[in-house]
Amino acid sequence: MTDLNTLGLAEARDALRAGSTTSKELTEACLKAIEGAGALNAFVHHTPEIAMEQAAAADARIAEGDAPAMCGLPIGIKDLFCTKGVPSQAGSRILEGFLPEYESTVSGNLLGSGAVMLGKLNMDEFAMGSSNETSVYGNAINPWKVDERQLTPGGSSGGSAAAVAADLCLAATGTDTGGSIRQPAAFTGTVGIKPTYGRCSRWGVVAFASSLDQAGPMTKSVRDAAIMLETMCGYDPKDSTSADLAVPNFEALMTGNIRGKKIGLPKEYRMDGMPAEIDKLWADGADMLRDAGAEIVDISLPHTKYALPAYYVIAPAEASSNLARYDGVRYGHRATLDAGDGITEMYEKTRAEGFGPEVQRRVMIGTYVLSAGFYDAYYNRARRVRTLIKKDFEDVFAAGVDAILTPATPSSAFGLGEMTDVDPVQMYLNDVFTVTVNMAGLPGISVPVGLDSKGLPMGLQLIGRPWEEGDLLSSAYALEKAAGFIAKPTKWW
Amino acid sequence: MSIDTSTAGRVAKLARIKVEDDALPALAAEFNNILGFIEQLNEVDVDGVEPMTSVTPQRLKRRVDVVSDGSQQQAVLKNSPDAREGFFAVPKVME
Repeated sequence: MTDLNTLGLAEARDALRAGSTTSKELTEACLKAIEGAGALNAFVHHTPEIAMEQAAAADARIAEGDAPAMCGLPIGIKDLFCTKGVPSQAGSRILEGFLPEYESTVSGNLLGSGAVMLGKLNMDEFAMGSSNETSVYGNAINPWKVDERQLTPGGSSGGSAAAVAADLCLAATGTDTGGSIRQPAAFTGTVGIKPTYGRCSRWGVVAFASSLDQAGPMTKSVRDAAIMLETMCGYDPKDSTSADLAVPNFEALMTGNIRGKKIGLPKEYRMDGMPAEIDKLWADGADMLRDAGAEIVDISLPHTKYALPAYYVIAPAEASSNLARYDGVRYGHRATLDAGDGITEMYEKTRAEGFGPEVQRRVMIGTYVLSAGFYDAYYNRARRVRTLIKKDFEDVFAAGVDAILTPATPSSAFGLGEMTDVDPVQMYLNDVFTVTVNMAGLPGISVPVGLDSKGLPMGLQLIGRPWEEGDLLSSAYALEKAAGFIAKPTKWW
Repeated sequence: MSIDTSTAGRVAKLARIKVEDDALPALAAEFNNILGFIEQLNEVDVDGVEPMTSVTPQRLKRRVDVVSDGSQQQAVLKNSPDAREGFFAVPKVME
């Protein structure tokens, strides 16, 4: 029999409903896999006792016939989600010892439907990074390995991606501010969807850039993404930007029938210096969708080039405000003070010790672009550019385009440490294809489509109309079926 | 626009992050590198374009102006590095 931890959500759900396995068995299989995968450093807080209790409760619910889709399915939760009584550090030293007194809405939705929490997953500090190398827990490692190098699983949801790809859990939660779900999914051969801004409540998710942050599922298939997303979504009065819209049955909408749909290829995403393999993957993906009956059209999103620089004004600006709360007073780390130190020294020492270099850099950039005299030149200009970026998308959707196909990342996974000596801007370029989607608040999904010549997974991104995740998932399902990506990393850990 | 070490020091102070004096030149260089990247935005014609305030067109919801939560002193203080007698304790603020 297949190892139970290798199942996806849909298969496991069906097996539970058919009575051919139990949540207890599924959970035990995952806990065993996690135990043997310390080398990946994906799970950073383990909650086996909670998991086994939840599994027993889920089995009871299933026996009573009260089993929502996620009931009994063991998953991992990104460390960015506050989970009641369980460490939630956002990968940062400054939240060391923090035990939330409350549960985030998204993790609460999942646990309320009977999902089983295996533990908390590694991530870049405060979700600021594209390689999981800024984490206080150390690097998460990609289960994909083709030579002696250890590769990044991407970031910031690197632990989530590694855990799903290595079958340590059936699925995991991620969050995406500039590509933090979709880039790690592409680097690990998994599926990741960032829904429309407002679909998932941000309440209880440690804030990075509030106008960009969205939670989403990271899974082994498009169907699994549909199932888990539906449970995560929903109106929440505790998040003022949460959308008061009905959540459709995404799985039912996911027909895979894309006959007659118009799929756009934006010419601005053909970047100088892009590896030929990524270019070919993109062309192959377009052919697959055409063969499935879609009409492929060339489109233009003229302000694409400016999305990343505008993002690096807006995201740090919001981060500098959001992270002001870490002052050593209410939670987490407080620096040891010298005699005579006052409250300002306490703030300054606490934040210097508690934040890593990338977080400090972004908080200070944000402080600068918001400071008197520069607010208009940087922050307001970036917000104007953001309006234009969103309009680019509105124009192509108004012209009848149903979805947009792009590469997910400019390369496959790179080696840990390889980007350490280059300047931070080079690392930021990882998000060049994904960040536009956050800037425009749209849903975007990364689907694994092929392997490069080294044998590493590569993904394509589909971008959909706002609130039409069901339609987007349907296109993604068609791409997934046509690509037939089934490769898995060879176990070395 | 170029940032010198004294501006870098001022930004660190505003951000309430302690940066040693000898680290300021490297910090200023990093800022200049990132701001150089951001300067590209000056190429965009933004005349007459409104700065985005909300990415999805929506009015913020209103609720009745009544107390809906509270009486959670213990929970609020639970994670404090130093809580005493029902308060957050901090070093002396005024002489």
